[in-house]
Amino acid sequence: MSDRMEPYDASASEVQPQDGRGMRGGAVPNPGLPEHQLRPTDVDEGLEKRAERQIAAMFGLATILTIGFCVAYYTVPEDSTIFGWSGLNFALGVTLGSALLLIGIGAIQWAKKLMDDHEIVEMRHPSVSSEEDRRVALAALSAGAAESGIGRRPLIRNSLLGALGVLGLPAVVALTDLGPIGDTSKVASTVWRRGMRVVNDVSGVPIRPEQVVQGQLINGEPAVLVPTGDEERDEELGVLHGAELLAEKAKAAVILVRMRPEEITATEGRENWDVDGIVCYSKICTHVGCPISLYEQTTHNVLCPCHQSTFDLANGAEVIFGPATRPLPQLQLGLDDEGYLIAMGDFEAVVGASYPTMRQS
Amino acid sequence: MTDSPSTAGSTASTSTAPPRRNPAAGPVRWLDERLGLAGLAKKNLRKVFPDHWSFMLGEIALYSFVILLLTGVFLSLWFDPSMSEVAYDGVYAPLNGIEMSRAYESTLYISFEVRGGLLMRQIHHWAALLFMVAMTVHMLRVFFTGAYRKPRELNWTIGVGLFTVGLLAGFTGYSLPDDLLSGTGLRFVDGLIRSIPVVGVYLEFLVFGGEYPGDAIIPRLYIAHVLLIPGLLVGLISVHMLLLVFQKHTQWPGPGRTERNVVGYPILPVYAAKAGGFFFVVFGVTALLGGLFTINPIWNYGPYNPAEVTAGSQPDWYMGWVEGAVRIMPAWEFELFGLTWSMNVFIPAVLLLGLLTMVLAMYPFVERWVTKDEREHHLLQRPRDTPVRTALGVAGMTFYGLCWVGGGNDIIATQFRLDIYAITWFLRFAVFIGPVIAFIITKRICIALQRHDQERVLHGYETGVITRSVDGGYAERHAPIPQEEVYTLTSRDKVSVAAIESGTDENGVESPHRRSAQVHARASRFWHGDQVNPVTDDQLHDENHDSHAELESADDRFRGVSETGIPKDH
Repeated sequence: MSDRMEPYDASASEVQPQDGRGMRGGAVPNPGLPEHQLRPTDVDEGLEKRAERQIAAMFGLATILTIGFCVAYYTVPEDSTIFGWSGLNFALGVTLGSALLLIGIGAIQWAKKLMDDHEIVEMRHPSVSSEEDRRVALAALSAGAAESGIGRRPLIRNSLLGALGVLGLPAVVALTDLGPIGDTSKVASTVWRRGMRVVNDVSGVPIRPEQVVQGQLINGEPAVLVPTGDEERDEELGVLHGAELLAEKAKAAVILVRMRPEEITATEGRENWDVDGIVCYSKICTHVGCPISLYEQTTHNVLCPCHQSTFDLANGAEVIFGPATRPLPQLQLGLDDEGYLIAMGDFEAVVGASYPTMRQS
Repeated sequence: MTDSPSTAGSTASTSTAPPRRNPAAGPVRWLDERLGLAGLAKKNLRKVFPDHWSFMLGEIALYSFVILLLTGVFLSLWFDPSMSEVAYDGVYAPLNGIEMSRAYESTLYISFEVRGGLLMRQIHHWAALLFMVAMTVHMLRVFFTGAYRKPRELNWTIGVGLFTVGLLAGFTGYSLPDDLLSGTGLRFVDGLIRSIPVVGVYLEFLVFGGEYPGDAIIPRLYIAHVLLIPGLLVGLISVHMLLLVFQKHTQWPGPGRTERNVVGYPILPVYAAKAGGFFFVVFGVTALLGGLFTINPIWNYGPYNPAEVTAGSQPDWYMGWVEGAVRIMPAWEFELFGLTWSMNVFIPAVLLLGLLTMVLAMYPFVERWVTKDEREHHLLQRPRDTPVRTALGVAGMTFYGLCWVGGGNDIIATQFRLDIYAITWFLRFAVFIGPVIAFIITKRICIALQRHDQERVLHGYETGVITRSVDGGYAERHAPIPQEEVYTLTSRDKVSVAAIESGTDENGVESPHRRSAQVHARASRFWHGDQVNPVTDDQLHDENHDSHAELESADDRFRGVSETGIPKDH
């Protein structure tokens, strides 16, 4: 059966190394390709016919399934469910997937069982061109260079290189307007102002101290960031919308926690920043800016769910574990005439992830 | 060109029958007269590809990419990459009336109201995961078998480029739906960009068009995801494949397979049928996954809200190791020149990713410097036959795997009731110690396997037949392994360690290259040290070799009794 293979030339079988380094071993001479093995379908006509029928059946079934896909598309209702999944998605996925799979398996079976399976030997050629070709190519390159005079006229060459080099600048300069980099100071401040009410982050309802239960963590927002549902009132409050809302929300979100006053180790200069043991900190992690949400009331620790930086709310929200380096910024709380919790000003520290120029503002 | 069918293959002519009319001759002539492609087709239609299961890994990557293109075009017909806010008014009741971006809303629309939309979305996501898996495993296959050696170093570098761009394709893709999970991923990237020394916050403003999140990032990611990145991928894949065809595929060593030939099946018909069929298999599997297994159910996460996050937020698997590195990095931030340097984010997120790419891209060139191997290689190496390379690879995988574990430290803590801080502290040390241990163990295992090969060649295989000698001793009979296997096991490169030179010539003058030669000699000793040389002709036929007593009568068929008492023929 080896009549179709190229004659094997044992003497040319190895690329000889130039310097004896890394010589290939080989305790015995290359025995050459093993003899071709006949498959059951090569010798048994019955098996051959059966394989043929099997493969054709796969292709036939694939056709039926593909038509099934089209039928399912129009007939299966979108709100049907099967095993809790979308019935339409299930029907489309199973028909299409099975059809594709059957076509694939059929083709592979065809190749494996019925197509001629003689291995062919093809010779490789080194990637490198002939010495002659390389010499001619180099000569052409030199001729081109010489005729242009690029070597003889350094003034032209260098000024051209300079001009082309500078051309990289507009490619960078023209991208400056991608963002307003002239004023990045906004990242250091939030919408919190003296007197702004702290509201529930979902309902937008202002919060009274007595509503804050010991051990409970409340997610708060400044009043201007939570639409109340009443458009007139929103306008009156100056509630923000769209991208501006999201950008401010990304900085101004806070968490409120009530602790027994004796548990709090107030940071120097912030002794009166709580209201009856209610402290307020930025919700935005100082690591990369995830919103913090996991509070453990026995330890007063909050944990960032993204990278597990842990902050001690009883002790100025100092970092006690994890990759964050700065404590969560604290918001000074007060009460307005109606008895609602208000901010006494903006955060004093930068909210969220650190950035190189953060200490310069 | 004649009409004879025998011109179809240069290496195998199927028939010597007299020329007869070939039905393809007419169209082929028409095309050839205009494109002149017969010369190219003549060479390539019967081009030989070697067969091995591990060569399919790259194919899976290629096919997943094609599936991504097909399903991606479908999705782009409905997806609206806009961040303008709308109130939801669709069929998914739980979100009714909720404010969300058009991007999120149109993703919900595709999932619930476009028939087949959910299927295409899920096939797209499954195929993206598969694309990265296949590329990664394909790269490991190429690494551990030395397939990147001359002349394929450049193709390896292109492959590293594909891997890196693939990461970007995945990231830009899963950020598009603008759900809570993808928004959390973007927030992470925001923090990552901020940490870049000196220019951090300016770069942040450029990327996001102002403050995070702004209203520009989704349209920008979209154009990158559907135009720039796929364009780059198509270009790189084309070059990757052209080089593969030009350089011909590598093959495993074995009888008849040499550095100078390539043995396998011709493209037409066997390889075309197998590879084409395999495309349908990959497509079929991803379609079944999309039909049966929910992936990225964005309707459960809700629209992005920068003040919310869910516990257990995880990126797609291929970003998990970066996430883990960020989690286990200790808090390290300092002030210098009036600037803040956030090494706690910059090192694990930006530097490490860059470092991985650089190390991978440079590796073939570093190895070549150590081995000083200038030859072309078309035969693959078994991982055991290059113990140091294999050990380096496993050390790298260990580092990657430990970082990956770090990316799931919260899940591990809750599932196994472990202390999350303890896991983190363990990993902080393990990412350094683990790879070293893995290196040592892997190298020893490789050398042990080499010795095992050597023993098989010299002492034959264990027949399981115990014989008692006249003086009462028991010994197990060994029988020689087939010549084909002896050839396969022994036809590999001999170990050649560069000698450490004294550094002075015969006159005692110091060589100007003394230092670099010594560094190279040490590297060479590190690379080749402890390896087992392949068995040579002399060793095999050494009459005095004590092992041959066992093999003496091995060529004869002998009858024995196995340990279970059943007579056995050998």
